[in-house]
This record gives sequence, structure tokens and C-alpha cells, in this order.
Amino acid sequence: MQTVKDALREIRRYPSAIVGLLIVLMLVVLSIYVVIAIPYREAITLWRGGEGTWRSLPRTVPPAWINTFRSQKLPETIDLDSRKGAAERQEAPLGEGKSVTLLYTFDYQADDFPREINIFFETSYKERAPFASITWYTPDGREIAIADLALQAGSTSYRFAQDDKLLRRIRRQVGDVPPEVGLFVAPNPPENPRPLKGTYRVKIQATAFDPETQIDAELVVYGKVHGIAGTDHLRRDLKIALLWGAPVALAFGLLAAAGTTITTMIIAAIGVWFSGVVDNLIQRITEIVLMLPLLPILIMVGTFYSRSIWVILGVTILLSIFGSGIKTYRAVFMQIRESPYVEAAQAYGASDWRIIFRYLVPRIVPMLIPNLVTLIPSYVFLEASLAVLGLGDPQLPTWGKVIQDAVANGAPYKALYYWVLEPSALLMITGLGFAMLGFSLDRIFNPRLREM
Amino acid sequence: MSEQAVAIPRKKVQSASFLQSTFARILRYTLIRGVTLFITVIIGVYLTVLVANMGGYVDQIRKGDIRETITIQVMNNPALRNLGPDAKRQLIEEKIRLEEHRLGLDQPFLIRSFRFLENALTLRLGFAQLMNSNSGSRQVKLILLERLPATLLLFGIADIFLFFLSLFLALILSRQYGSFWDRLFVVLSPTSSAPGWFYGIFLILIFAGWLRILPFGDLVDAPAPQSRLLYALSVGKHLILPIMALTVSSIFLSVYSWRTFFLIYSSEDYVELAKAKGLSGRAIERRYILRPTLPTIVTNFLLTVISLWTGAPIFETVFNWPGLGRALYQAVGLFDVPVIVGSTVIFAYLLAITVFLLDIIYAILDPRVRVGA
Repeated sequence: MQTVKDALREIRRYPSAIVGLLIVLMLVVLSIYVVIAIPYREAITLWRGGEGTWRSLPRTVPPAWINTFRSQKLPETIDLDSRKGAAERQEAPLGEGKSVTLLYTFDYQADDFPREINIFFETSYKERAPFASITWYTPDGREIAIADLALQAGSTSYRFAQDDKLLRRIRRQVGDVPPEVGLFVAPNPPENPRPLKGTYRVKIQATAFDPETQIDAELVVYGKVHGIAGTDHLRRDLKIALLWGAPVALAFGLLAAAGTTITTMIIAAIGVWFSGVVDNLIQRITEIVLMLPLLPILIMVGTFYSRSIWVILGVTILLSIFGSGIKTYRAVFMQIRESPYVEAAQAYGASDWRIIFRYLVPRIVPMLIPNLVTLIPSYVFLEASLAVLGLGDPQLPTWGKVIQDAVANGAPYKALYYWVLEPSALLMITGLGFAMLGFSLDRIFNPRLREM
Repeated sequence: MSEQAVAIPRKKVQSASFLQSTFARILRYTLIRGVTLFITVIIGVYLTVLVANMGGYVDQIRKGDIRETITIQVMNNPALRNLGPDAKRQLIEEKIRLEEHRLGLDQPFLIRSFRFLENALTLRLGFAQLMNSNSGSRQVKLILLERLPATLLLFGIADIFLFFLSLFLALILSRQYGSFWDRLFVVLSPTSSAPGWFYGIFLILIFAGWLRILPFGDLVDAPAPQSRLLYALSVGKHLILPIMALTVSSIFLSVYSWRTFFLIYSSEDYVELAKAKGLSGRAIERRYILRPTLPTIVTNFLLTVISLWTGAPIFETVFNWPGLGRALYQAVGLFDVPVIVGSTVIFAYLLAITVFLLDIIYAILDPRVRVGA
């Protein structure tokens, strides 16, 4: 207890230790929060759920907070769902069936055009598919007919940009622009067109052929920014992966570092205590393991057996048991072995294992902790490296996988910098946090270094 | 007079035999290390074989190899040209069966594994399933050896650059211990926890994506310049970013730890004595600080080089560098098993050769090896 207090008092003298400690604490708190707030199952659904889960999110857009730094504000997504009461609904009997009117009203104040516009219908009917026509009303009172279509049972989607008729109509009225520009642009556009600000309305006028027909529609005007993290090429909210990356990285880094340092230390202690053949053997194995191509072997394991993060973790620990740390620990154990209290223990007849685990190992803990903390970043980055190579865990969202998606989809070339920078920044902060803490702890626990 | 005349050659003989024994010691040390390293390679490759074979993949490689060879033999044999397709197929199958029996593919795994080991060690790596070399060959050995120069060029230059730059900076910092720059390097040393590819992405974003002054990756411009000079210049331009990334990723930690070594050695008593004798700062640095620190530095550098090598697959992928590492990455993407196993084998060799080279340098530098202590 006293040592812990002393250590804490020492830490206060090192600014980098405080910064590192704060980062680590923040990561731990974030990880606990994430695991509770977005349970594993939900995270997997949100990350792997398929098109339906993310259809109302825009594709590859930066986070919303970049608007703070821009004079021309980018639009955010407008998502109006009639099932959530976002549309004025009017139903009137008409012959044997009924007429359904859905009126959507939204205010558009952004300085740029939306990314795309879609309407998702949810329809059920008895015999004949209802018929719908969509009309667009601009703030300056123009009325543009969008489309007439039959609504098939179940989910149907109408994508503005894929309707050739609409494209032709807009080309005639406005010019050669996509619908999301043509419907928002002010009339007689200048050199660089700007959207008309104000209240837009969209009317869906449907004719149903039986009274039980149910029609619902979700109008999505996709923005050019989204949430706190932006989205990727599959419209997934990057927030999920960035948040869940934290507990995964911490768990992997911590377990791998703890697993390797503790086993390495025990093996070093065994070698020093039994000396002779055992020690020699351990040293030779260490030299061999040092030269094994770790990453290619992990790549083989990932390709041939399992990409599960836990298998990779196991193999990593297995290959690092005889790691380079053995030499350092060995030197220290050599000194401890000669201390009088070990001799005393031997004299009263303590067994070999008792001496190793009760007398040698505890003495090295102060040295072990900084080593362990310093090792964490390298394993966090190892996981990211494997993910970037396409050998990440098939289910879990991790930072490395976000980077891989970004690089594989050409984010650096398409100037989608947020996509690469967000996970990289998180990796960097995590790595720096642990490394700074570890380096300072090393100086605190091993005062010999402090003089330098 | 005559005594002196005799004495001088005797002295020469002595020094010659001293040189000889020094040389013999270095040679013996190098030889022992060479043998050890070769054993290491054998173990590494055997491990590769074990890992790869647990899924039966090594068997597949060899069987595929035999099938390819025999099919080509039969198809290209002018004596068999008039044989019908069915008869030809039968002949091929029969030959394959015999060949597999001859090579002992029906033997237990323990025996087979040593045959695999022998094949891998002699670089008989079989035929790729999907990948081709630039000359169109399917041989894994050719595919990989063709990519070796690019990898050696990149990592060779990067290693040498890194070594001398770190040494230079560490010496300067050790002279001005506690200055702003010294503290800056100490503060920045934790940044070395991130690997080279990670900084590579940032550098690509800045210099290629944003400033557009350096290429995104690859070895030369496309189309490649015709004249040799322009070609070399183009390669040089493409080398800047990768080398920068490798340097940034390890220089701070190297400089920090090497400067610490220098500081430790400069507080030794003999350095104080040299100062008291009135030797110049440069002379003290060269003879009494740099000289005894070099073996430690070489050992430290060895670890850096190993970690750089190990990171090659991903580093080359990020920079689109047409080397060995990217071949491994492509093979993973195509699930081309023979190439994956072959790359691992070549990486094991490369690591061993690097360690061996540095060991020789170590043997020359470390007086304990020379005197035989």
C-alpha cells in the first residue's frame, strides 16, 4: 500500500505520466461506458446488420462538427418517416378504395446541396397495388412532378437519382444536373449554383383500391455530414466502430501484454534459479524466437485457421513467451538470486518453486509494471496491423478495420480524410497514453535511469 | 646492432600472429553464429511447415506442384501427341499416382514434414495457384525473388539512413544533455510505439493527398522513364515518403536510448582521466565514448531492424511498394497458399541474414570477441 502511495506521489512529478494516466483512465471509462451503453449484440447488429439498418444514412460523409469550421454549412440528413408521425396524413374514401395523402414539410437552410434523395415505401394491400404520385414544392412556389408509380407489397424504394424520366425532366427545366441539385437550386442559377433556402414540401398522393390498404413512406434527404464520426462506404455510422474499438483495443493490448510479460518473467526466473542446462536451453530458445517472422506467421494463422481475435491473441502470447524481455529479467534475477534472504530461504529448506514464486518473482514486479504498460501499444498496433491486412476479427468492429475499409476504398485519394484520421487519431492517443505512462513509470520504478 | 636486426622481424611476426589469431577468433565467432542462425532458420521454417500443414495445405501445394509438372510434361511430349484426350488424362493420373508414391506423399506426416522442410529450405516452393511473376511464371520462387530487390532497396536504404542519422543525432544530444532538443526527443520517444505504416498513412495524406508534391506510392512513375538516370530519379522520389515513415517511426526511441548509452559511458572514470589529460572533446568522443558504446548500439539497432523487417508486409501494402511484403499481402487476399508459405520462408531467411550481417559487424566491433574473452 505504501509503495502504491509513494508511486502516486512520484507520478505527480512527471507531467507526461499525468497526461498518460489521464488518457488511460479516459479510455477505460469510455470502454466501460460503451460496453454497457451499446451491448455486444447491438453493436454487431449495427455494424453488420445489412442495408436496412443503415439505409437512412448518407454514404461516406464527414462528421457534423466540421460545419463549425466552415463558413458554408453542409446539410445534415433530413429523415421524415410517416410511421413516426413526421408526415401530415389525410385519408378519404374514394369509390371502393380510398385516397391517401402524405405531406412532408421541411426547412432547408444549408449552403450546399444534399447528397441524394430517396423515398422508402412500406405498403400492404389486398388485391391491386395502390398507385402513387410524388410532387415537389419549392419555397418560391414552383411545383415539380417527380414520379408516378405503383407500390408493390412490402418494402419498395424510390431513388430520385435512378429515375430516368425525372432526370430528363430536370434536364429540360434546370439543366444537366442530378435531381438533388435540380430540385433545390434557385431558378436561373448563376455560375456556381446555390440551393434555395426555405420551406420545402413533398406530397405523396396515393390511390388505393381497397379500404384496408396501408401506405407508409419515409422521405430521406441525405445530408453531407453525419453524427460525431461520419459514415463509411456502406452508410454505416463510424461512431459504432470507433466506440467499440476502444474496449477491443484495450482488452487485446492488456491481455497480450500481461500474458507475455508474466510468462516471460516466470520463464526467466526458472532459468536463473535452475541455471545450467535449463538456463542455457531457455537462452537458446529466446534467440531463436527473437528471429521468427512473427507477422508472417500470424498472417498464416489468420489465413488458414481463424481470424478470431482471441485465437490471434493466443498465438501472439505463445510466440512471445520466449520474448526479448527474458534477457532483461534474467540480469535482474541474477542479482536477486545472490541476496541473503534467498539464501536464508534455501537454508530453512524452501522448495525450488516456492523460492521462484515467493522470493524471486515478487521482487521484479516494480520492473514488470512499466514494461507491461509500455508493451500495450505495440499489441494494440499489432491488432490494427492485422486488421489493415484484412485479417481482422470477422465480427468485431475495430479501429484497424475502419482504417482498412478506408484505405481499401481509396479514402486517401478521394480526400475522405476524416475516415482515416479518426481511427488513426484514436490509435495514436491510445498508443501515446500507454507509452508515456510506461516510460515515466520506468523512470520512477528504476531510479537508475532517472539520472540520465 | 645485429640483435636489433633480429628483434625487429620477430616483433613483426608476433603482431602478424596476433592479427591471425584475432582473425581466427572473429571467423570462429562468425562461423558459430552462422551455424546457430541456420539452425534457427530450420526451426522457423519447420514451424511454418507445421502451421501450414495442420490444414493439409502443404500437401496440397506439393500435389498441385506434381500435377502441374506432369500435365505439362505429357501435354508437351511430341511422342504422345496422337493419344486421345481420355487416354492422355488416364496417363496423367497414373503418372501422378506413381510420382506421389515415389515422393512419399502416402507416408506418415512426421516423415513427410521433413521432406517439406528440405524443399522449403532449398527454396523449392512449388507453383502458385493464382499469382504470376512479371515474366509470367507460376513458380513461387521466381515470383518472390523477383520482388526481393524492391524490398531490399527500400529497407536497406532505410536501415542505413536510420542508423547513421540516429547515431549522429544521439551524439549531438549527448553533448547538450538537458537542452531543449534533448528534452524534446525524450518527450517524443513514446511516439515510436506506433509502427511505420501508421505514420505512412499520415505522410501520404499530407504529402501526396493534400500538398500533392510526392507520389502516393509504387516504385516508379507510370509509365516508367526510359533513361536510366530518370528512372533512378523517379525511384528516388518514390523512396522519400516510405523512408520518412520508417524514420519517423523509430528515430525518437533510437536517439533517446543511444544518447542514454553515450551518457552512461561518458560518466566512466577513464573518460574523466582523458579529460584531465587534456584530450580534445572530439578525440574523447571518438575513442572513449563512441568506441565502447558501438557494440551495445549495434545490438539495439538489430532489434529495430528486426521489427522493421517484420512489419514489411503491411508497410509495403500501405505504400503500394512492389516488394516481398506486398506479395504476401496479395497472396492473403487471393488465398494463394503456396505464395503465403513461400513468403514466410523467405522472410525467415531474410531475418537470419540480417542478423548474421550485424553479428559480423558486432564481432569486429566488440573487443571481447577479438581477444577471445
